[in-house]
Amino acid sequence: MLKIGNQEFKSRLLLGTGKYPDFDVQKKAVEASGTDILTFTVRRMNIFEPSQPNFLEQLDVERYTLLPNTAGAKTAEEAVRHAKLAKASGLCDMIKVEVIGCDRTLLPDPVETLKATEELIKEGFTVLPYTSDDVVLARRLEELGAHAVMPGASPIGSGQGIINRENLRFIMEQSTVPVIVDAGIGSPADAAQAMELGADGVLLNTAVSAAEDPVKMAEAMKLAIEAGRLGYEAGRIPKKRYATASSPMEGMSRT
Amino acid sequence: MKLRINGEWLTVPETVDTIGELLGHFQLDQRVVIVEQNETILEKESRSDNKVQDGDSIEIVQFVGGG
Repeated sequence: MLKIGNQEFKSRLLLGTGKYPDFDVQKKAVEASGTDILTFTVRRMNIFEPSQPNFLEQLDVERYTLLPNTAGAKTAEEAVRHAKLAKASGLCDMIKVEVIGCDRTLLPDPVETLKATEELIKEGFTVLPYTSDDVVLARRLEELGAHAVMPGASPIGSGQGIINRENLRFIMEQSTVPVIVDAGIGSPADAAQAMELGADGVLLNTAVSAAEDPVKMAEAMKLAIEAGRLGYEAGRIPKKRYATASSPMEGMSRT
Repeated sequence: MKLRINGEWLTVPETVDTIGELLGHFQLDQRVVIVEQNETILEKESRSDNKVQDGDSIEIVQFVGGG
């Protein structure tokens, strides 16, 4: 079980809800992923189109834990405001702190992320900061009381997979709160690798929503994350340079 | 009465007295929305108590897809 704050989750896949082809595909993908946690973001309502459909309103919100993010925020102040807006819905008390410090790489601003995390913890939120792969920063977030840390595998939406294996491992080895690899995952192999490294969960969006078949990819990600976790728990063999025979050499029948 | 809603100045009928009625006016009363009035985030339960006044700045937001 994945334990974040005082909540427990069966699935170790956290799924984003952005950029699906349509709500029907999205609903099926969410179902196929087996996820318990869905991310959202807060944006202005188009008040002139009140009948515009909304994905969240079509969901059974009792079944899922909502994890709103503060995407779009560039300062701690903006992130805190977005978090409070999300909480005022009465639907959630978790928040993914996301304060972007670079428009090209969408990497987080570490200083503002720390500030926002500190403030939101004081306000009683369950706080999951999206962070860069810096082991010191991850420790500082944890010391502030973050309920999980979410280092990126590579830039958001890039699909590059894990480009910083050792940095992620440093964080996983140090952390006493869940480490959720967030951003950059492109394929099931990437997700499995994150879990094999020792991640407690994986948060992804584009890898599923922009896949040729999002529903199938959602299921693939679910299985990859389960496989990766099992592999981690089972403990892989060490790598060796030369071969070791799997079949016994004794008793070989020869003419 | 003029209100600044989501950054735009709009005229709404004088009969709109509360935030709850404002949402009704825009047919948003059944929607999952969050309202901020003059930079104060409102609890859902207090919408029918919060009066709107000429010149108020109102933000009406919702949850949309995001990662």
